[in-house]
Amino acid sequence: MFHWLEKHPFFFAVGVFVVIAFAGLIEIVPNFAQASRPVIGTKPVTLLEQAGRDVYIKNSCNACHSQLIRPFKAETDRYGHYSLSGEYAYDRPFLWGSKRTGPDLMRVGNYRTTEWHENHMKDPKSVMPSSIMPGYPWMFKNSADIDTAYATQLTNAQFFGVPYNKPVPMKDGSTAVVKMADSVAGAHAMALAEAKEITSKMKDQNVKDAVARGEIPEIVALIAYLNSMK
Amino acid sequence: MENRPLEYDYTVAKMFMLTTIVLGIVGMTIGVFIAFELAFPGLNTIFGAGLAEYTNFSRLRPLHTDSVAFGFTVSGIFATWFYVGQRVLKVSMAESKFLMFIGKLQFWLYVIGVAAAVVTLFMGYTSSKEYAEFEWPIDIAIVIVWVLWGVSIFGLIGIRREKSLYISIWYYIATFLGVAMLYLFNNMEIPTMLATSAAGETNIGDWFHSISMYAGTNDALVQWWYGHNAVAFVFTVPIIAMIYYFLPKESGQAIYSYKLSLLSFWGLMFVYLWAGGHHLLYSTVPDWMQTMGSIFSIVLILPSWGSAINMLLTMKGEWQQVAASPLIKFMVLASTFYMFSTLEGPIQAIKSVNAIAHFTDWIVGHVHDGTLGWVGFMIIAALYHMAPRVFKRELYSKGLMAAQFWIQTLGIVLYFTSMWIAGITQGMMWRAHDEFGNLAYSFMDTVDVLHPYYALRGTGGLLYLVGFFMFAYNIYKTMSSRPVEESELQNASPMGA
Repeated sequence: MFHWLEKHPFFFAVGVFVVIAFAGLIEIVPNFAQASRPVIGTKPVTLLEQAGRDVYIKNSCNACHSQLIRPFKAETDRYGHYSLSGEYAYDRPFLWGSKRTGPDLMRVGNYRTTEWHENHMKDPKSVMPSSIMPGYPWMFKNSADIDTAYATQLTNAQFFGVPYNKPVPMKDGSTAVVKMADSVAGAHAMALAEAKEITSKMKDQNVKDAVARGEIPEIVALIAYLNSMK
Repeated sequence: MENRPLEYDYTVAKMFMLTTIVLGIVGMTIGVFIAFELAFPGLNTIFGAGLAEYTNFSRLRPLHTDSVAFGFTVSGIFATWFYVGQRVLKVSMAESKFLMFIGKLQFWLYVIGVAAAVVTLFMGYTSSKEYAEFEWPIDIAIVIVWVLWGVSIFGLIGIRREKSLYISIWYYIATFLGVAMLYLFNNMEIPTMLATSAAGETNIGDWFHSISMYAGTNDALVQWWYGHNAVAFVFTVPIIAMIYYFLPKESGQAIYSYKLSLLSFWGLMFVYLWAGGHHLLYSTVPDWMQTMGSIFSIVLILPSWGSAINMLLTMKGEWQQVAASPLIKFMVLASTFYMFSTLEGPIQAIKSVNAIAHFTDWIVGHVHDGTLGWVGFMIIAALYHMAPRVFKRELYSKGLMAAQFWIQTLGIVLYFTSMWIAGITQGMMWRAHDEFGNLAYSFMDTVDVLHPYYALRGTGGLLYLVGFFMFAYNIYKTMSSRPVEESELQNASPMGA
């Protein structure tokens, strides 16, 4: 059979393809229906948080920080409850990372504050003297891309049924609604309102001034996202 | 046609040899730079605070991985294909104007794609998925380049004179099919410009931005099915294709066992794809998949070692060549590193080992003893074998080549030993508890301890890079010297004498 295949390239290629596609069919396809159900308490991200997630991706934070707490005592002691599949139901893309040059960030919102992030992102050594993380001062100057974040929210809602403007069940039995704007102009107003809450706790005057002018520096969006990770 | 040897046409092979070397230098230089950034963080701003956004570790890391994988390695795969393909199929590219055109078109589109990828990654346009960072327009360009390569492969096979496909061709076909399948499924994404707001606005925001078709755990599953098997079909399968051609050619020895090559090929094809789950141990993907990932990783030792042993036994009775020829040294050490990293990988895939190794530098070390030792050495050896034949000149310096071999080998050893120690140290420190049951070390403690190993790793990488520059110089001097051969060198290697 093998000698025959080696003289018939078409059938050889078909054979190879069947053999390599087999594992993917068995492993990946059945999981699709199951793994995408959110656990109670998981909300989609708000507009400013989405913009912050885009900043996180733009700067490849996931190259050094994971978002996956494994079920070991050492990890739950350090980072909090281990990760559940449903908590990632709205993560497109997933940001688990593969290397912890820095610590896990899955629940960083539980133990770090806006003030801490502000100091840390500008100059990590100011809060962690022997940190090897570089500073990200340009995030205090570059504007966050609210338009693209809004388009991402819309895509999530329209193509993947992510529940914006719909009640989402919370752990205490109540429901929460994450609002999505109707238009680009509305989106900007919404992001700005969120940004003002963040900057009320920040001290960088340039950032405060920028938000007062109606601009949103990347750092504000990033902090909104980091604070939301609980 | 009259009875004389075929004159093969290496135009396209030469073009891809050039990008192999240029992109190798780019990718490895960035790699060495970011390695030293971890040891000496001041380097993040060495080009000034204004440029720091583009020179800090996180922005450069995908540029390093993508330029060595899709630049250096994929160029090497193409370069060797356009050399090996003609020779084992006994047909010249010059015989088909169509295939020559397709080959050149593939090269130029590839160059454009690479340029676009470099610029966009510098700017921070990334999908965040490792080794699949490119946004959708570049993905489409990559698919076109790949399809053109498929046309070359099957076109050349279609007009072949040698009816039986040699082992190398099996592996090139598998590379083509495997990468096509993986890349397409992992990069399924929806451009965000397609969405419409309630007010009826469309084309909102950046047009090239997209989001993954899969969410959360599913996305992770598809990504590591891809990520792991990209290693299979870029760093393993085509490199085996090369060694099956170049080692017998260079040594003048026949392949040790046809049956072993059959077993290894079909075994590798079937087993490799299952093993992706070992990247997701203790994550939120279902347990049975994690277990399958572990088990199949162990089984994977069989076909991997099958190929490697087949290579080493091909040298049976001719081991003096290893001493005499630096080119044989490169290939024999490549096989050895292949055995070594295909044993190390399965060990790391055992769940209890993975609990310590995952997220640490040991994984980085594992990747590099495979890529530097196996992939890098084999591509370097292939280009050294090809250079005299495609440029019709003697190789410039055998001594320089031997020096390069030892410098690079030392570099690899420094690299993986430092990363072993770093990874296991950090993994153990993360999990240590004191007598009261509290965590023994803060995260910062586990970073401080790594400094000497990061410095050592950077040094190892630097030695490898120095060796790569020697390689580039050797090839440059070869191609720019006076031609001495009337026609192509027909017999054994330039090293053999």
